[in-house]
Amino acid sequence: MSFDVSVTLQRGSLRLNYEFTAGPGLTALFGPSGAGKTSLLDAVAGLARPIEGRIAVSSTVLFDRPARIDLKPELRRCGYVFQDLRLFPHRTVRGNLQFGMKRLAVDEGHRLDWDHTLDLLGITALLDRMPATLSGGEAQRVAIGRALLSAPRFLLMDEPLASLDLDRRGEILGLIERIRDELRLPILYVSHDRAEVERLADRVVQVPSPA
Amino acid sequence: MNLLSPTEWEILLLSLKVSGVAMLAALPVAFALAWVLARWRFPGKVLLDAAVHLPLVLPPVVTGWLLLIAFSPNAPLGRFLEQALGLTFLFRWTGAALAAAVMALPLMVRAMRLSLEAVDRRLESAARTLGAGPWRTFTSVTLPLSANGILAALVLGLARSVGEFGATITFASNIPGETQTLPLAIYSALQMPGSDIQVARLAGLSVALSVAALVLSEWLARRSGQEKGRHVL
Repeated sequence: MSFDVSVTLQRGSLRLNYEFTAGPGLTALFGPSGAGKTSLLDAVAGLARPIEGRIAVSSTVLFDRPARIDLKPELRRCGYVFQDLRLFPHRTVRGNLQFGMKRLAVDEGHRLDWDHTLDLLGITALLDRMPATLSGGEAQRVAIGRALLSAPRFLLMDEPLASLDLDRRGEILGLIERIRDELRLPILYVSHDRAEVERLADRVVQVPSPA
Repeated sequence: MNLLSPTEWEILLLSLKVSGVAMLAALPVAFALAWVLARWRFPGKVLLDAAVHLPLVLPPVVTGWLLLIAFSPNAPLGRFLEQALGLTFLFRWTGAALAAAVMALPLMVRAMRLSLEAVDRRLESAARTLGAGPWRTFTSVTLPLSANGILAALVLGLARSVGEFGATITFASNIPGETQTLPLAIYSALQMPGSDIQVARLAGLSVALSVAALVLSEWLARRSGQEKGRHVL
């Protein structure tokens, strides 16, 4: 199984239980806002600690409370495309894309070709620009590129279409389909848009509304 | 240069040495304190915060007196520093530097703390997911994003330390050539009848020094601004 998740998350006063397993391809977490979907992605990335449970991706255990395993985020090898992008404002697009490439040296096997990735995303012309000067669609593509080039073993995508206008949506949607089909990385994808999920997802995990 | 007399040169160079050493010593301490106050949560944080701010609100004479008590060769701390590191402060220029550093510290901590608190923690967590450990995250994200605040802290601290008077004269005394910095020299000249011109010259020097520092900081700020601007175009 690509994703093997069984955790309890504390989010404010709410306790959220997630339990699912998913094979390769794109798994959509589908549910209303406020259901803690982002909290789950944070837990998988190692940015939030579940109060109970176990998380494994492609047979690597990332978190296991009973066994006291809690891998540091920098060792989890996830490509996280944040909903708020989080491009580094003081670095050029090139500097952003190269930030995660340091770990390539230790793992050539997972290397994605620089030119090919830039081509796929159509960001070759943006390399010397600062993030503040990018349009929403451009910034989204750079954020995806930064995650892909960091030699991830899996991808986490948090509503990558939410901040885009309709024209850009189609463009990024096609891009995510190509990433799904060409790169064969397991993807955990958060969305609250039914049409989007139906088009992209190999399987859907329905997230219940918070009680 | 015979614009300044040898005595005036001596005073100016001593002032620069005292302030320079004070800044070198205060910078890491101020940053560590700013980091602890901005990022850590622990019981007694309010007390630390208050202690750091003390030199800002106490009369400088009182700060000088407290330094006198703490660093005199008879006090445990003073004795330790003298025996272990050969550092003495009383009636020495090092004492003037210590007083200047202590007086500048609260202003520097405040400026650095504000800039550290303004750093978006979400960018740090993004760096972590991209494979950067805590140290690389600090040097490649946190530090560059708070650089302007650190620069501002340095300028504020330098201005404060060059002008330091009360704590210095109480703690390190007013010894020409050893602890007599620019403000202390002006004070001494004022005590002597018929030295109006000497006072005016020293005051003029002081103004020139301040203006130079201001221009330098403006230039630094504009230069870092231009660097960003260049990428925008």
